[in-house]
This record gives sequence, C-alpha cells and structure tokens, in this order.
Amino acid sequence: MDAVLEARGITKLFPGTVALDAVDLVLARGEVHALLGENGAGKSTLIKCLTGAYARDGGTVLLDGRPVAPRSTADAQALGIGTVYQEVNLLANLTVAENLMLGREPRRLGLTNRRSACREAARMLADYDLDIDVTRPLDAYSVAVQQIVAIARAVSLSDKVLILDEPTASLDAAEVERLFGIVRRLRDRGLAIVFISHFLDQVYAISDRLTVLRNGRNVGGGPVTEVDRLALINMMLGHDLAQAESGHRTRAPGNGPPAAQFHDFGRRGRVEPFDLTVRKGEIVGLAGLLGSGRTEMAEVIFGIDGHDSGTAEVSGTARRLDSPRAAIRAGMGFCPEDRKTDGIVADLGVRENMMLALQARRGWTRPVARREQDRMVADYIRRLDVRTPHVEKPVGELSGGNQQKVILARWLLMNPGFLILDEPTRGIDVGAHAEIIRVIEELCDRGMSLLVISSELDELATYSDRVIVMRDRRQVAELAGAEVSTGAIVSAIAAAPQQRTAP
Amino acid sequence: MSARLLPFAVTCAIFVLAYGLAWLQFPAILSTRVIGNLLTDNAYLGIVAVGMTVVILSGGIDLSVGAVIAFSGVFIGVMLRDTGLHPYAVFLLLLAITTLFGLAMGAVIHLLEMPPFIVTLAGMFMARGAAYVLSIDSIPIRHPAIEAIQSAYWLMPGKGRLTLIAGLMLLTVAAVTLLIHRSPFGTRVMAVGGDARTARLLGVDVGRTTVAVYGLSGFCAGLAGVVFAVYTSAGYSLATVGTELDAIAAVVIGGTLLTGGSGFVPGTLIGVLIMGLIQTYIVFDGTLSSWWTKIVIGMLLFGFVALQKGLVQLRTGDRAARRRAARQSGRHRATA
Repeated sequence: MDAVLEARGITKLFPGTVALDAVDLVLARGEVHALLGENGAGKSTLIKCLTGAYARDGGTVLLDGRPVAPRSTADAQALGIGTVYQEVNLLANLTVAENLMLGREPRRLGLTNRRSACREAARMLADYDLDIDVTRPLDAYSVAVQQIVAIARAVSLSDKVLILDEPTASLDAAEVERLFGIVRRLRDRGLAIVFISHFLDQVYAISDRLTVLRNGRNVGGGPVTEVDRLALINMMLGHDLAQAESGHRTRAPGNGPPAAQFHDFGRRGRVEPFDLTVRKGEIVGLAGLLGSGRTEMAEVIFGIDGHDSGTAEVSGTARRLDSPRAAIRAGMGFCPEDRKTDGIVADLGVRENMMLALQARRGWTRPVARREQDRMVADYIRRLDVRTPHVEKPVGELSGGNQQKVILARWLLMNPGFLILDEPTRGIDVGAHAEIIRVIEELCDRGMSLLVISSELDELATYSDRVIVMRDRRQVAELAGAEVSTGAIVSAIAAAPQQRTAP
Repeated sequence: MSARLLPFAVTCAIFVLAYGLAWLQFPAILSTRVIGNLLTDNAYLGIVAVGMTVVILSGGIDLSVGAVIAFSGVFIGVMLRDTGLHPYAVFLLLLAITTLFGLAMGAVIHLLEMPPFIVTLAGMFMARGAAYVLSIDSIPIRHPAIEAIQSAYWLMPGKGRLTLIAGLMLLTVAAVTLLIHRSPFGTRVMAVGGDARTARLLGVDVGRTTVAVYGLSGFCAGLAGVVFAVYTSAGYSLATVGTELDAIAAVVIGGTLLTGGSGFVPGTLIGVLIMGLIQTYIVFDGTLSSWWTKIVIGMLLFGFVALQKGLVQLRTGDRAARRRAARQSGRHRATA
C-alpha cells in the first residue's frame, strides 16, 4: 500500500486520563478513510495530534515516509495536512476572494491587486464547479458553498492529506451529494481524505476504508466492504450481540392515560416530524448514535428549539410548546445532556440550585420562605441521597453523580408530570449510576412519565417500557415490551436504510 | 447594494438631508466658506476618528486618544518654550512618542490578553497625567513656522478656504482608506475584527496586527494633537476631555460595526461632518443652546445602533441554526 500518512502508536495523555492509547492510523494515497467512534472515543484528539493543535505524548507520524511533528495548524498546513471543520473556519465578514487569498494576496505597489486576486480565486473555485461572485461576502452564500470554499482553500495550501471533520452535519441531501462529488474527485487526484461523520449511510457511500476508535484505542477497521453495519456498530458501542441479554424490567406496561402526545412534531433541519405518546407512569427510552437526532428531539419537545410542525398535548390539553417556559408551565422538566454548561450553576450552592426552577415559576415577587426551602431541600437530599457536606456547598465542587441528583431534585420539586432526561448517567461513577437508575424507576412507579435518552443501551433496555430508535434525525423503530433488548436496539440502529422498520 | 455599504449610504443620505434642511432655513449655509470651516474646525477630530475606526474594525477600542491629544499640545508648547528645537522636529518627536505609546498598549493587549477597554483606559490616565506633569497651565504656542501653517490655505471657488490642516485630515482619510480597504494589512485587520480565533487558524499573525493597529491609532492621535495645537495655538492639559467618545460616536455614525470586522473608513469622515454640521446649524440659529449638539448626536447614535442591529440580524438570521450546530459539536468535542 502506498501510504501518504502513517501514524503509529499515537498516545496522548491528559491529566488523569489517557485520551489516546497507542492509536494507529494509516492513510493510503487516493483513498477516503472514515474515522469512526462514539463521543469521547478520541477522534478529535487524534485529529488534533495530526494537525499540530496538540503535541502528542508518544508515537510517530510519517508523512511520505519522513517523520513529522507539526507544532501548529499552520505548520501542518505547510507540511500538506489541511483540515476543514464542520463550523466553517473562514471569515464570514470577508469576501470569498479575500478568504481564499488571505495570506498570499497578489500585490501591486504594496496594495492588494484585487483584480488578479479575484481572478485567481475564481480559477481555484472553477476546479470545484463553483461559479460564484467572489467579490461578495462569504456569508452571502449557503453553508454548503462555504464548505466548498473552505475545502478549496485547504487543498490549495495542503495537497497531501485533507481532513473533513463532520463536513455534512449541516448540509441537505443534494448538498451532501455535491460535496461527495468533490471528495471523489480529490481522491482521484491522489489526496488521502479523512472523513469523520456520525452518518453511517454517508460513511458507506463515500469511504474506501475505515478505522474505528473506542475509549482512545483502535478497535477495528479495514476496507468498508469487509465491515458490515452491525459489526461496525458493535465496534463503536463496544457491545457484543452474543453478550447475555440483561433482564428486562418486569412491570405491567403502562396502560394509563397519555401524559404527553405529539403528532407530526418536528423542526426542519433538526429532527424530522415524529409521533410520540408517553403514557402516565411509562418510561420511554430514546436510543441512537450520536447525531441521530435524540437530543434534538428532546430539545424540540421542551421548546428549546421551537417546533415548526405538528401539535402537542400534555395531560389531555393542547399546548403550544415554543419555549422552555411554556414547557415548564405545561408540567414538563428537562435534565440536559451537558450538566456543566446547561444544567448546574456551578458557583451557587446546592439549595439555590435546587430552588431555581421552582422560584422561577413563582416569580420573584413570591419568594419561597427560607424555612420552607430548607425543608424541601433537606427532603430531596435525603430521598435522592445527595452526598454534600452542607446545603450551601457550591454545586461545581460536587461529583458528577451528585450534580445530576441536584438537577433531578430541581425538577422533582416542581412535581412535573413529564420529565425528559438526556444522558442522565454520563460521566457518573458506578455507584451513583445505580442510584440514578433506582430513582428513575421509582419516579415512574409514582406515576411520572419519563423520556430517557442514553447511550448506555444495556441500561436503557433494563428500565424502558418502550424504546424508540433514532437514525438520521428520524424515528426508525419502536420496540415495546418483550422486544426491548440491547441486541434488538443495536440491530435497529444498524439496520440498513432500506430495511427501515416503519416508525 | 451590498449590506456592508448600506450603513455608509444611510450616513451619506442623512448628511445630505440634514444639509438640505439647514439650507432651506439658512441659504448661506451652502457655501464653500462654511464647508471650509467645517473641515478646519473638525480636522483634529477627523484624524483621531480615522485612527479609532481602524481600532474598532479590528474589534478593539482606544480610549486614550483624547488624553494623547492634550498631552501632544502640552508637549509641543513646553518643547517650543524650553528648547530651541524647530517645530517640525518637535512634531516628529511627538509622533514617535505617541506611536510608541500606541504600540506599547497594543503589545500589552495582545501579550497579556487584556481587554483593550482596560488597557487603553489606563493609557488615558497615563497620558493625561503626563500632560499635567509637564504643565498645569495653558501654554501659548507661537512660532513663525506654526503661523505659516495656520495661514496656509487653498482658496476654493466661492472664497472658501481649504486650510492646510483640513487638507491633512482629508489626506489621512484617503491614506487610511487605501490601507484598510485596498491593502493586505487591511484584510488582516478585518479578519481579526471578524473572528480572531479563525483568523489565527487562517495564518494571520493576530499579535502583529493588533500591535500595529494600536500603533496606527497612537500615530493618528499624535497627528490630531499637532493639528489641534496648530488650530488653537495653545497646549492645555485639560483640553479635549471626552474627545475619544466623540471619535467613537463619529465611527459608529459613519457605519462601522462596533463589534468589529465591518465598516468603511470614509464613513467616519461623514460621521464627523454630521456632528460638525449640527454645531454649525446651532451657530447659524443663534438661539439654541450648543448642548443640543449632544442631544442630536445621542439620538443619531441610537438610530445607528438600531439600524446596525437590524442589518446584522437580517444577515445572520439563517446562521443562527449553524451557530447552534457549532455550539453542539463544540460541546461534543469538549467531551471527546
């Protein structure tokens, strides 16, 4: 194999963790190489080590057979490794030509020779069948066009390796096809292209070979034709279908009245319209790979992203859920995926964090009496077993599991009828893990309805009455009762598009 | 028309409209004499506002310029009084000092990653303080060479006088316009003002650009100081208090986005002229308090900030979704 880039044994340590543990990545000339892995698998870290954004702690990188150690992205660019990120890294306030020629403007008498700069820029874009007015500002064009401009700039500077980090995340189907046409053409010109995406259909459509990472290690790879969808997902998730099925929660399936009903609910570009009914006292699990639309679905339901189609009914009455305030008023609660940025207020104490939502609903003119607060907070600290030395301890100093419990308590104080939990057990130690799950089951026994998003499929299979499987921002399968098992979920995620189970 | 030049067009339209209204009331206002005076009276403000434009385009702010102008006047007065140096030598020395002062502030802003607001606020106190240390009293500035500059003018058709200092201001506007809108350096300034992080990824030397921008502003403030000293024939440490705010107002009225990365240098000149026109109108009217200038400028500023907000929202409406996606992937990346 004619290797352009050969990274061997790349190791990167962060305080307390090994982000990359002797990872190998070999790119051949003229191939599209997919780099796959779930959140935290180490893809980004590996890319950053290759592009010089991070200094690696171990391993060698050979570019055309010569060892290299780029110290900055500019360095890597000069060596021939270019990167295009999902958030287009160009300047929206400059013109297309200025973006393309920045740093190498043709000059005349010390000033920019604009005519020749524009000519040069237009010539560069002509290679990509892009005939646009290069004197207009970049933000006059769609993300797809900006993406192509970014690729044109990267390729013109670096002609060996092109890294595309989730290039298709904000493109529609036709734009993706156009991008793929360009990627294939660049591949045929001999570039090695690294393609990072959560969309497996796209990975199979464009890639020649793939490398899968999990927890900072290589877990597999090879030519795409030899790795089928199921094997790939098992590699990414680290589940083995042969693994013993964990016991499903034996409980009468919720036959109560619907707590929340959504018809044709959705938002363009975020999540395709879906129908969802959650009954009283029911736990509905939401499964899917990262980027499949799980979080987007929850955010649309909770009004964070206003929906643009469909209707919602909460406890029997039609509601307009166009803001989190409206959702809260309707008796809903949402524990977000990223506790640190969207959940806790790190500098406030346990008591203040717990009281936030309740106080917000009452308004500042009706403060909750301090004695009342102390009673409620003490009650939930006991019921959820929050480990904190005292109630005024800043939440940022608690462990992840205890932070999660504080956020749970915040919503439970509101006594919501319908609670959405996004990755409630991520980043939590094993002990707290079990407790959160116990709380989830207890809540639902008390008649609360829950929508739980989780990547921990075993866990999801254990407590869910029904599991909805998402892929490519749409609902692709629904498993109920005895069908709910880790294996069934993995198979549904992995099912090729044509075998889609009707939603 | 591109959305970028729309604020400039609005500024020009407002200027023409205001001038037209004033002309209906006082036909004498439309003469080259008035225009000549308008340019001369606001020459120092025009020069310092052009420097401020560059700083704001780069995403920064320079609060020190008013104090630097006052320092310049006192410095010129003291040097001419106490040393035998020729005024031109003093001017060059002063420009070197103020440029170095600007470069130093730029270096602090870049190297210590300090907000420009605080650094140039400190610079403001230092420059004002230095002016006091040199002299508390107003110092007369008299020298044959300076008198020659004061009386140098080109007689425009209609007996209007385009003075040398007004010409110097127009020259500065033209030179900086070329520098910002036609040179590679200007593209870098716009890049840094648009998004410094991305600019760095695209290979722009953000540090050098930042330092150069504040150096340029320091130079412009020194030049404005020279012009102000020539214009008033005096150096006084209490002069031009708040001029930095007038300059910022002129920049914003001239259509430059206060957040950086978007604007047009000649717009600042129109902004200065609008402010000057209001003052001229008040002089013509004779009964209005001159503080009306401030009120009208305040209203204009509000109007322009609202206009820019509207334009920015028009332009970025469809980008909101993209930013959201970026935020999410950034979040994912952070956990990876």
